[in-house]
Amino acid sequence: MKISITKIIIFCFVIFSLSVFWRGLKINKNYDTKNLIGSRISNFKLSEINNNEQYISEKNLKKNKYTLINFFASWCAPCRTEHKYLLNLSNTNKEIKIIGLNYKDKKINANNFLNELGNPYDFVGKDIDGKISILFGIYGIPESILINNELIVIKKIIGPIDKAQFNEILKLIQ
Amino acid sequence: MLSNIGIGFLILVLILSFLTIYNASLDLKISNQLIKKSIYKLSLFQTTFTILSFFTLIIGFINSDFSLINVYENSHTTKPFFYKIAGTWGNHEGSLLLWVNILVIFSYLFLVFNYNHDKKYRLYTLIFQNILILGFLFFLLLNSNPFNSIYPIPPEGLGLNPILQDPALAIHPPLLYVGFVGCSIYFSAAIASLLSGYGGKLFVQSIKSWVKISWCFQTLGIVVGSIWAYYELGWGGFWFWDPVENASLLPWFAITALMHSLIVLEKRNTLYAWVIILCLLTFILSVTGTFLVRSGILNSVHTFASDPSRGIYILLFLSFMIFLALTVFFKKYKKENYNFNLKSKETFILANNWFMAFFLITVLIGMLYPIFLDVLINVKISVGPPFYNIVIIPLVIPFMILMAIGPKFGWIKSKNKIFLKVLFFILGAGVINLSIFYFFGRYSLLSNLIFIAAVFLILHSLLDFKNFIINKNKLELPRIISHLGFGLLVFFIGINHQFSLEEDFNLKVGEVKKTNTYEINFENINIKDGKNYKAIIGNFKLTNLKNNLFQYLSPEIRIYPNPETLTYEAAIKTKISSDLYLTMSNVSRSEYYNIKFQKKPFMIWIWISALIIALGGFVQLTLKKNEN
Amino acid sequence: MNLKIFFSVIFFLYLTPLYSNEEKVKLLEIYKNLRCLVCQGQSIADSNSDFAATIKLVVQDQVNEGKTKNEIYTFLISKYGEWIVYQPTFNKSNLLLWILPYFIFIVGGLIIFVIIRKSKHNKVN
Repeated sequence: MKISITKIIIFCFVIFSLSVFWRGLKINKNYDTKNLIGSRISNFKLSEINNNEQYISEKNLKKNKYTLINFFASWCAPCRTEHKYLLNLSNTNKEIKIIGLNYKDKKINANNFLNELGNPYDFVGKDIDGKISILFGIYGIPESILINNELIVIKKIIGPIDKAQFNEILKLIQ
Repeated sequence: MLSNIGIGFLILVLILSFLTIYNASLDLKISNQLIKKSIYKLSLFQTTFTILSFFTLIIGFINSDFSLINVYENSHTTKPFFYKIAGTWGNHEGSLLLWVNILVIFSYLFLVFNYNHDKKYRLYTLIFQNILILGFLFFLLLNSNPFNSIYPIPPEGLGLNPILQDPALAIHPPLLYVGFVGCSIYFSAAIASLLSGYGGKLFVQSIKSWVKISWCFQTLGIVVGSIWAYYELGWGGFWFWDPVENASLLPWFAITALMHSLIVLEKRNTLYAWVIILCLLTFILSVTGTFLVRSGILNSVHTFASDPSRGIYILLFLSFMIFLALTVFFKKYKKENYNFNLKSKETFILANNWFMAFFLITVLIGMLYPIFLDVLINVKISVGPPFYNIVIIPLVIPFMILMAIGPKFGWIKSKNKIFLKVLFFILGAGVINLSIFYFFGRYSLLSNLIFIAAVFLILHSLLDFKNFIINKNKLELPRIISHLGFGLLVFFIGINHQFSLEEDFNLKVGEVKKTNTYEINFENINIKDGKNYKAIIGNFKLTNLKNNLFQYLSPEIRIYPNPETLTYEAAIKTKISSDLYLTMSNVSRSEYYNIKFQKKPFMIWIWISALIIALGGFVQLTLKKNEN
Repeated sequence: MNLKIFFSVIFFLYLTPLYSNEEKVKLLEIYKNLRCLVCQGQSIADSNSDFAATIKLVVQDQVNEGKTKNEIYTFLISKYGEWIVYQPTFNKSNLLLWILPYFIFIVGGLIIFVIIRKSKHNKVN
């Protein structure tokens, strides 16, 4: 078999492609918004759920060392399971403030939800049509974003916060 | 018990495959021209047991025998009879069994029908085809066994996805697999040709029919799949450049190129190496497509549930095939001298291959690029319809022009007179096109050129058809039909794309939506309890504001219980001139429904054109006996 | 003579005005170019999911504010990554994607050109 440069190139190319396929099988195919980490949140105005006049924006959040923005709804079952971690964070930790954004929900249902389970939020905003969630790169609920005082996203949690993620948050805010 | 019977048959097939390879290898050394009768018998038994194993699975489905995991996972006692049968191949394991069946049946038929061809060549083909069969059998038995059993036997099945309970989708896999898997036989034949030195015209004659058969069925399979997607998936589209669709398109480009190149090899005994490459490439592309779609490496609308171990196995098998093909090819490759005159049919067929290669590579790159990017630099991108449309569509224009004028040229060389005829036709097409758009006044330069080229191709084909009626040259008929079909297809897709109306809006019961051309009145809702689903039916009155004619359309939201799934059934009114398309879905926690309304001109002509393309292929198959 | 007619026809076609239903087409075009992130391979236009409904609202707002298609895409990419658009952006990492097909096409053309050239050469000999 005459070894020519074309044959070598073709063989190498085939081996390379097959190796990529092999690696491709192993890596995580699930979508996540890791690109959000390191980006800055800006251009938002969150109205309070019970009071249209009250709102917070960038300058309010800059005052906090850390802010956890949590998207929730009364009709969302997994939101109930993560609630205790939110309560824990709000009660025991002065480093972090928690903002709740009520997503595509009715005011009365949200208030009942918080009365029943407890209110961990320093501010409850409303996102009636879901458009605000897009500003924060959300695509389902519950989802939470941890930002620092420069409004840079340092962590994104997709789905309800579980014990492992809770501990990670604690570590990050030390 | 069925489980044991099924596995038993498969083991018999396995043993017979080994025996076939062994006996064929022995017979290679014997220098007479007749293949031993025993090899025929082995092949016949192999075929019989393979078909029996498939029937065993079908019986399992018909009887709702849930001792088979495959039946348990994919069927249900209340499923209608026809769909129980279709459920056999509507899942990963069952479809693999169908693959094995086609591999084996084609192996036997090729052996038998090529009785007047070289012995060594036929034996090598048998050997390599059986190596492929073994590869799939091992995959089947070790990883994806449709006859795995479960105990205790569950009382009821998990049911099949309701979207898959559709006649078009029931026949789509078998049609497609005859194409996909049918090309395995000329993969093996190509290797056999290299090893035995049996090439040229005789080689072409031995594989010609197989290439045509796989092409016809691949075309039909793709068209039926598109028709299904249009009527069932509920977005009014028929092609989404989705990985599964692309996976079926890749072999189609290769087979089309091969079909054309075979003509050159037969007539002028040149392009042998290229024909071999295409034969090898087609099945490699089929298996690559299968890998991409079933391993879970890509994300798609209609994948089977994926499992990484499948991916590993298919990748190993694919690697083996590629290295086998490369090694044999490089070892046996002899440099050819080419003698192509610019103004000859051969050159135009070469051009066809050139374009087919371009389309193929574009689709392949589009599919693979996100994987490469993700693995190499950890960036996730999407490559979707805009990419394929932007890259491919402009080149369809010169392609169609070449399709029209290429067949006019004679073999070896032609006179200049043809060019003038060509120009005259470009003119005629241009004038017709100009007048169409003068009256509608709405287009873009690119679609304009598409229309000119399509009309050009259509006119040329019709003229050729007129000539055919005069001189009755049957050899030309299949080409005329298929090329005409292609021109019509592009033409109608163009019109459909340019003149479609689409609206997306939310409505409450009782509300009316008015657009420039239509008034859509959401009159009321019915709730219906069907045999195996509950339906929410919306009744809409659509009034065409231009002529005040109206009709009623009733899209549905269906709720199936096992497993609980929601499907959206579009209401489609198909007419000769256009389709009216309406879907309705509920907006969560709201009284509103999201309505998508489309008016799609000449939709049915798109299907008809595509079927005309396939028809040309079928006509050519029937011509075989008459031609020299 | 025929050639002249041919080219004048083509020239005519260039002159005829182009217009279309700009605004509405734009919305649907954008929807079709966005991937529904919670679905398995559907666009925002085709999807019936909650996420798709929300994105449609956001896109409508931005179109009404006068944003261009690219601005909207850039905004969504900054929030969700490049995965959300179906048309790959024209940046460094996607360069190969856009160029390779045409490059191969040209290479193919060259090959055919060489073959025909060689054939002429062979014939002369």
